[in-house]
Amino acid sequence: MSGRGVDGDDRLDGDDDWRPTAPLENLKRRAELVGAVRRFFAERGVLEVETPALGAATATDLHLASLATSLSAPLASCAATLSAPLASDAATLSAPAAGGARRLYLQTSPELHMKRLLAAGSGPIWQLCKAFRDGEAGRRHNPEFTMLEWYRPGWDHHRLIGEVDELLRATLPGIVGGGPREQLTYRDAFLTHAGIDPFAADAQTLRSRAAELGVDVGAGSASWSREEWLHLLLAAVVEPRLGRGRPTFLLDFPASEAALARVRDGDPPVAERFEAFVEGVELANGYHELADAREQARRFAADSDARRRDGLPAAPADARLLAALEHGLPDCAGVALGFDRLAMLALGVDSIDQVIAFPIDRA
Amino acid sequence: MASFSTNQFRPGLKIMVEGDPCNIIDNEFVKPGKGQAFNRVKYRNLRTGRVNEKNIRSGDVFEGADVVDTDMQYLYKDGSGWHFMDPASYEQYMVSEAAMGDAQKWVKEQDICSVTLYNGQAISVTAPNFVSLKVTETDPGLRGDTSGGGSKAATLETGAVVRVPLFINVGDLLKVDTRSAEYVSRAKE
Repeated sequence: MSGRGVDGDDRLDGDDDWRPTAPLENLKRRAELVGAVRRFFAERGVLEVETPALGAATATDLHLASLATSLSAPLASCAATLSAPLASDAATLSAPAAGGARRLYLQTSPELHMKRLLAAGSGPIWQLCKAFRDGEAGRRHNPEFTMLEWYRPGWDHHRLIGEVDELLRATLPGIVGGGPREQLTYRDAFLTHAGIDPFAADAQTLRSRAAELGVDVGAGSASWSREEWLHLLLAAVVEPRLGRGRPTFLLDFPASEAALARVRDGDPPVAERFEAFVEGVELANGYHELADAREQARRFAADSDARRRDGLPAAPADARLLAALEHGLPDCAGVALGFDRLAMLALGVDSIDQVIAFPIDRA
Repeated sequence: MASFSTNQFRPGLKIMVEGDPCNIIDNEFVKPGKGQAFNRVKYRNLRTGRVNEKNIRSGDVFEGADVVDTDMQYLYKDGSGWHFMDPASYEQYMVSEAAMGDAQKWVKEQDICSVTLYNGQAISVTAPNFVSLKVTETDPGLRGDTSGGGSKAATLETGAVVRVPLFINVGDLLKVDTRSAEYVSRAKE
């Protein structure tokens, strides 16, 4: 949970905690990796962009917690923007806080802003930026982390999987050289690695399967939902077995896990979403992007209801994204890749503290 | 007693798990991409000594365990158990065989041990890291062999058996590391 010192020492106290946790040699190799990524996209003619770390809206996803701050000097145009007609009843711009200050959110990913660039006609774009997620700290998580995100207009998620695979081979040559990539549907991954059909099993069945697989759980688990059991089995049983010797791409997630991906009709309907795994580490999450403004507004509203039901803080949906979708988002696929984890794999270390200078406990 | 959320879990924190006081050994945050976050928590049950691992939903809250470690002097053993005294309060505590655990292999009367009290009851005992014990039984020593090139079994006055170098004799006083149950050196009287 807490940061690990350079020598795996758990103690952060004492006079030495001004020092970086990552050896300087690791930071040099990380910088080389940034160079390799920049060359990768330059060679492909993808435009490097920068979008705000602070936004008026944030991700509505139930499992993402945003950090917020307030801006004390409201912009002159702020009042006009707020009184403008909203693209949907479900969407609300962040309300001004007391004293005229505005609430702003540190972005959990650059997705909302990058899609507005795509709608404005940017063509293929990429960026390497800081993203922020409250409460996420551990061996593979830091609340402030570096994300590599890119979008390909005119592509679907299958074609983008091919490019993610090429990026992994360019940056992790020693690790993913063991053969062609593996593509596995969400259902087949559960059938193969956990021996259960994730679309058919109910909460009780998933619970007994977890027990059979030796996944011990806390006392509160009696009330867990089907989705929570699936998340547990995925994290504890399935994921550690993926990406061994070659990258694994997990496809066709349940429609309930679509987030901002398109849902393909079928029995059952599945989300056109993928995740990439290398050596049991979840590296990337990609979508064939949802472009339907009305469907997007409906999902924001559903998230908002679920947040209220679960007592989670409200996350204002992005009215400007909905307006951009109304205008027209090109058919495209996009992916977000955890750059710190890519660096961990490239350097062969098992803690994120080994690839960032100052993790949250020393920030 | 205070309550602790999974994001406050640190090695050494004592919490109640299923009615037993437990000591957290490791806490790992795991989260599938877009899903529910869990904490994989490894802990030692202080009553049984067993180590277990549980997946707990991140943000779930556990009650802290009212557990105190106190240095106490081992007095004597009788039919009812092992008896210790808190040198500060002169209060005496009886420790059961189960709670003594491995410590019974190492302690001699007068030794100072760390006794873990839960709700005023002794639930476990940790022997001093190093103890000096006399050899009661071993094969005859090989004179002149101090190279440490081989080893043999030696029984100590408490009944514990450790591997020792070949030159050790019955009656020798040995310094032993109780955490690894390994011979360290010969000790002076």
